[in-house]
Amino acid sequence: MSTLEDYKGQTPAWCPGCGNFSILKTFKEALVELNLEPHQFTIVSGIGQGCKLPHYLKCNTFNGLHGRTLPVATGIRLANHEMLVFAVAGDGDCYGEGGNHFLHAMRRNINVKLFVHNNQIYGLTKGQASPTSMEGMITKNQPFGVFSEQLNPLALAVAMDCSFVARGFAGDTGYLKELMKAATLHRGFSLLDILQPCVTFNKINTYEWYKQRVYNIEPEHNPEDRIHAFKRALEWGDRIPVGIIYRKFRPILEERIPVIKDSPLVRQAFDMSRIENTLKEFY
Amino acid sequence: MDYSIKIGGEAGQGIQTIGSTLAQVFSKSGYHVFTHQDYESRVRGGHNFFQIRVSNNPIMASRDRIDILIALDKESVSLHEKELSESGLIIYDSSFLKQKHEQKHFLDIPFSNLAVEHGGNKIMANIVAVGAVLGMLGMKLDILQGIIKDTFKKKGEDVINANINSAVAGYNFALAECKRCSFTATPLANSKMLISGIEAIALGAISSGCKSYFAYPMTPSTGIMNYLASKEKEYGIIVEQAEDEIAAINMALGASFAGVRAMTGTSGGGFALMVEGISLAGITETPVVVALGQRPGPATGLPTRTEQGELLFVLHAGHGEFPRVIFTPGTPEQAFFLTNKAFDLAEKYQIPVFIIFDQYLADTQWTFNGFDLRKLTYTDYRLRGDKFKNLAEYKRHVFTDSGVSPLGIPGDSKHPVVTDSDEHSEEGHIIEDAETRIKMVEKRLLKKLPLIKQEIEPPFFYGNNKPEIVLAGFGSTYGVMKEAVDLLSLNMNIAMLHFTEVYPFPPMEKFDYLKILKDTKLTLCIENNATGQFERLFKAETGYTFTARINRYDGRPFLLEELTGVINVHIGRL
Repeated sequence: MSTLEDYKGQTPAWCPGCGNFSILKTFKEALVELNLEPHQFTIVSGIGQGCKLPHYLKCNTFNGLHGRTLPVATGIRLANHEMLVFAVAGDGDCYGEGGNHFLHAMRRNINVKLFVHNNQIYGLTKGQASPTSMEGMITKNQPFGVFSEQLNPLALAVAMDCSFVARGFAGDTGYLKELMKAATLHRGFSLLDILQPCVTFNKINTYEWYKQRVYNIEPEHNPEDRIHAFKRALEWGDRIPVGIIYRKFRPILEERIPVIKDSPLVRQAFDMSRIENTLKEFY
Repeated sequence: MDYSIKIGGEAGQGIQTIGSTLAQVFSKSGYHVFTHQDYESRVRGGHNFFQIRVSNNPIMASRDRIDILIALDKESVSLHEKELSESGLIIYDSSFLKQKHEQKHFLDIPFSNLAVEHGGNKIMANIVAVGAVLGMLGMKLDILQGIIKDTFKKKGEDVINANINSAVAGYNFALAECKRCSFTATPLANSKMLISGIEAIALGAISSGCKSYFAYPMTPSTGIMNYLASKEKEYGIIVEQAEDEIAAINMALGASFAGVRAMTGTSGGGFALMVEGISLAGITETPVVVALGQRPGPATGLPTRTEQGELLFVLHAGHGEFPRVIFTPGTPEQAFFLTNKAFDLAEKYQIPVFIIFDQYLADTQWTFNGFDLRKLTYTDYRLRGDKFKNLAEYKRHVFTDSGVSPLGIPGDSKHPVVTDSDEHSEEGHIIEDAETRIKMVEKRLLKKLPLIKQEIEPPFFYGNNKPEIVLAGFGSTYGVMKEAVDLLSLNMNIAMLHFTEVYPFPPMEKFDYLKILKDTKLTLCIENNATGQFERLFKAETGYTFTARINRYDGRPFLLEELTGVINVHIGRL
């Protein structure tokens, strides 16, 4: 049995009151409840405040480049599909810099758990608009307000037939923990977009702002009804649904590759003796 | 015997089929073969050619003069007639060209009619042409028949017979009608190995235990992906076509982190996208092998042609300072063994290793008696299984005397494997302090560098021991330089220095090549680029300036007579 103590990592360098603290704490609790030990999974993270998360717990970690979590996570899964792989990214990281990878990870249905810390702002670079910033938001770099329409990751994911699409809220850790567990246990590419206030730079989407709007999706919601799920994914503004929006069970990439049917690539020894025969094909 | 055969025509006419079939017949017959291709970036139309040189002596370059030209279109005649040797012949089908040539060096062979008559389908015109060439050379047909049987095994007896009958028809036609044919092909035994540069790189990867290849298609590197994909099941390799080159390099790093040997390949434009990932490999000390097939830039440039324009790009690619190794093979054999060495060094020192080639080397086919597989190296440098499991303590980036820290397989032990693109501690966690930073730079870079340098082999020296003229170059110019030395050494004391391991630059301890250059009157640096990138690297590393340089940057490779001509001009100025 693992305990919270097993996951004690470095001391976080986040601002006091940051939504990342509750995400980190909830994540650790979910890991304990899933009875996972630190060496049994890998977190791939990008660059952004949220992406420092793996350093603040204890686990296999590849803290890579801004936007590139999903390709690294894909590479790890292809090499060792017995390894549970989380991708921890931010909104700028995953939906901006890494947008192309997000689309193709959903297409591949690689069995990676993507947790996006979505604070609708750039924190690390001190307060620029992100792809999920709301239209009209004024920042130092967008003095006339954001002109572009807000990116809706959930609607995009449903449109891409993503295997698991959910939204969580850092202000409701109990429900967030359940969503983290559900995303982890789902077999397929899982997107968990986590709304998270940035107490320093985002003065619009505050705890209060979210608390007035978010609500848990009703238990009757059928996440396997794609059309209905798409409608729910489009909800934003006065009411923002939190929960499992969409789910589709389909084969994961790893199980479709004949080469790794019997054992992960990393366990397959290299057989040098065949080369001589292969060489003969050139005569 | 030293004949050159050129097949010219539009894309889609079967130039490749005729060329590669003839090359196979020759190599299986025991001849030395060298083929090179020139094609446009289009699937149909345009003008393309496939050139085969066949000899009973080792050869490694294309010549200017042609002995048999198979003209599948009018343009082949207008473009290449002037390349014909004195006894050379052009064979063509007047029904294709809609034109009859009466001059003595033309032979009208009804490829299409013979195909319909004997094979039942004009699609077999290509095999008629192959048969005709063999008839002109007075060779036997049995080897071609064997190739036809192998190729069409799955298509059944009828298809095989139709093809054989077409080949025989072309063969007999040439025997009967080619009055001016004076070719003699001395029979040889022991079939040779025929392999292209790109196949050799892919084969080298397989032979090094490469388990994963991630790439986005781009000429001239796509052949690696094609070949590896054909061997996925047999060798347990995963080939994943990435959404872009940024994904490709990052996937390769992920796979390598997880514990398998990983590779990516691309051309200059795709490599430009990978550059940040190369830097990531640098700081995370993740082994990766990158094959870069050069073609003329900038930007899209000449997509299907050749250039040696990325040497300095690769040398400097990636922000920050970290060690790397660059190999520039000049032959398929060198490409095979250097790919093997690339995998070895990448894992031994946990660094990115580059194999730079170009369209010319990628597409040229060479013959060999074989590759000596005993020269292959395979050492698993990773910390895995019980060895890792039973370890009392583990830090991914622990400080060591050599700078190399054990590369643990995540999940094999209770110890987490942690790495970071930020500067990090021995454990792999983000740090900011100056002291750790200094120690990490020393570990990652300064301690490894001298060790890596010791792994580098000196350049290949060939020719006269007290030369008056030395040719120098790297990569795909090897063959043409070597043949130029052979040709010119009849009249002068000439030698060559060819570099296949260009970075770290080969130290003088093993072989003092600088002394040779300093003692030589005329030193020529030969490069397939405009600015002499290798010459600049050479000067930066050794302080030596060549007497002159020879550059070709029209997207085409150096040909033998052309190169010796330019060298002679330089000699004339002495």
